[in-house]
Amino acid sequence: MSADVQLDDVWIRFGDFVAAREANIHIDEGEFFSFLGPSGCGKTTLLRAVSGFLTPSQGRVLIGGKDMAGIGPNKRPTALIFQNLALFPLMKVWENIAFALEVRGIGKAERRRRADELLELIALQGQGDKQVGELSGGQRQRVAIARALAAEPDVLLLDEPLSALDLKLRQHMRTELRAIQQRVGITFIYITHDQGEALTMSDHVAVMCEGRIEQVGNGTDIYDAPDTAFVASFVGENNVFEGTVRELSNGSALVETPHGDFSARTSAHTAGTPLKAGDASMVFVRPESLRILTPVEATGTAVGNTMENRLSGEVRQRHFEGNLWHVEVGLASGARVTLTALNDGHVADLPVGGPIAIGFPERLAMALPHGRLAAE
Amino acid sequence: MAWWREFFTKNGAGLGIFLLLSVLLWTVMMIILPQLFMLDFSLRTNVPPPRWGTEAHGYTLEHYRYLIRGSGNTESGFNTVDLGVFGRTILAAVFVTLVDLCLCYPVAYYLAHVASGSGARLMVMALIVPFWINELLRAFAFKVLFGSGGVINDALLAIGLLDQPYDFVRANIALYSGLSYAYILLMIFPIYNAVESLDRNQIEAARDMGSPWWRIHWRIVLPHAKPGISSGCTIVFMLSAGALAAPQVLGGPSSLWFTQLIYKSFNASANWARGSAYAIVLLIACLAFVLLVMRVFKVRFGEIAK
Repeated sequence: MSADVQLDDVWIRFGDFVAAREANIHIDEGEFFSFLGPSGCGKTTLLRAVSGFLTPSQGRVLIGGKDMAGIGPNKRPTALIFQNLALFPLMKVWENIAFALEVRGIGKAERRRRADELLELIALQGQGDKQVGELSGGQRQRVAIARALAAEPDVLLLDEPLSALDLKLRQHMRTELRAIQQRVGITFIYITHDQGEALTMSDHVAVMCEGRIEQVGNGTDIYDAPDTAFVASFVGENNVFEGTVRELSNGSALVETPHGDFSARTSAHTAGTPLKAGDASMVFVRPESLRILTPVEATGTAVGNTMENRLSGEVRQRHFEGNLWHVEVGLASGARVTLTALNDGHVADLPVGGPIAIGFPERLAMALPHGRLAAE
Repeated sequence: MAWWREFFTKNGAGLGIFLLLSVLLWTVMMIILPQLFMLDFSLRTNVPPPRWGTEAHGYTLEHYRYLIRGSGNTESGFNTVDLGVFGRTILAAVFVTLVDLCLCYPVAYYLAHVASGSGARLMVMALIVPFWINELLRAFAFKVLFGSGGVINDALLAIGLLDQPYDFVRANIALYSGLSYAYILLMIFPIYNAVESLDRNQIEAARDMGSPWWRIHWRIVLPHAKPGISSGCTIVFMLSAGALAAPQVLGGPSSLWFTQLIYKSFNASANWARGSAYAIVLLIACLAFVLLVMRVFKVRFGEIAK
């Protein structure tokens, strides 16, 4: 069984502090959905409202179309995996997994059988009689998943469950989690501050900042077409040029900045008011969207030149990463931008301190309303 | 060889010698020697001090025999009075321990996981402040409370539950209440310490999986608190079995506590030998009980001492 989850204008306040505001989200059944944001942005608060440990100050939480008001965490069709896993250290592995069945009064033999089945699902067959403390971090992680799945929830809630693991294991568990989700076919709601996790695993991602949901979309939407300055700066690397909108035409804006005038795409569904001429704006260009220009391209006269925006400066630093070069360019205005180029032989010819011409096409830059950036 | 060299380099010669000597003196003078003397006394005939060390002060088992057989003139051939007191004392101490456990576990859990900062502090104050008063005075306070004209009888009469005052002292209710109250802190704090270290997420995880509150306690909180519980039970049992002041003040006319027999032997009947023998028996009984509890609850000694 799987169920959809709906947040209907959910607000959560602690005294004067608003932990989450105006949350309106629909999560389809069987979907892998992530809440992504820096720590303290309210993502865990929303998850606790779905699991029932927290009652929204306002608004409704619906699971499978049913209003969850007044239904406690022990009566909801959800299972929560805690950040620290919260396995029961005094029980054996199989007893941990079978705890939800024990609660339902299922006999010991049947409990053991189901626990063994789940151990197989998480590739830990034969380890049921071990103590929790004897398992490695990754194994404990999987036991926590099995314990939650034993309750046969319609929705599985995961609160940064990978944060305690080392990098290698974390990347392995991403694939594993996604595979488990597809095997069991229930809705997963995943909380993380790690954009890599959110982008690789999820069908949809909600990016949060200071209690507000800034954008909901699939991975490419979030990365390629951010709605707000926060999303553009939080997800992935981005160069920012602050300026003022001079002209707006169909889906693009011309922004006047101290570094030059840039034309860029505008967001189709910016929350709140759309950009108007004269508004403060920010132009975002990803390092991989910046190109090193040949002398012919730099003059701008060549036929078929798609580089609407051009800049010149000097090479400040170069970092070599095998297949990629990261180049830091100092602009004439004093600002610095980062550029990532494939190692195709061009960058090696550019000496540090030497002049460089760079550019980016309009379709790879976003002009967004001026707003808060994610902290570095 | 290495440990003492390390000990002295860490603490310096002067402080090292002081530490070693003080610990040695403390254990030998305060713990080992008195017990050895008492054991020695208990195994010798009872003669007045001037004749100590003479031939008349020889070794014998008569005091232990007396506890079991009495003077030998009883009908059954056993010292039913003293043995009865001994058995009742142990049973009563077990009862007091259980009462304290039932009272203190919820309080400790509440303090550790439910009460907020200021509420918890207030509660701890309310628990501790009455213990600033002397133990004897607290016992007398209980006597007044439970007396025939006491607040409790008055209240029960007023609401019509009783039509004449009930003698709580004769029924030993006053004694059990007084003893239970006397050691309540020694039960609460070990349990509090154990419960407090429980990760709250475990409670929430169990709840999330549909567990009712009693199963959360039975499967998660109680097992986690086990070392604290056995530590508290050990202390409360030992102290209530060895209590003297509360039984003296609150005991009913017919009830004797085993410690009172020991006290009488030393002070009233000038029979230190018998008093020592009885004290040794009580000590061994208490130790045996503690070991039994540890075995039953599968707790190691190190966990209790935490």
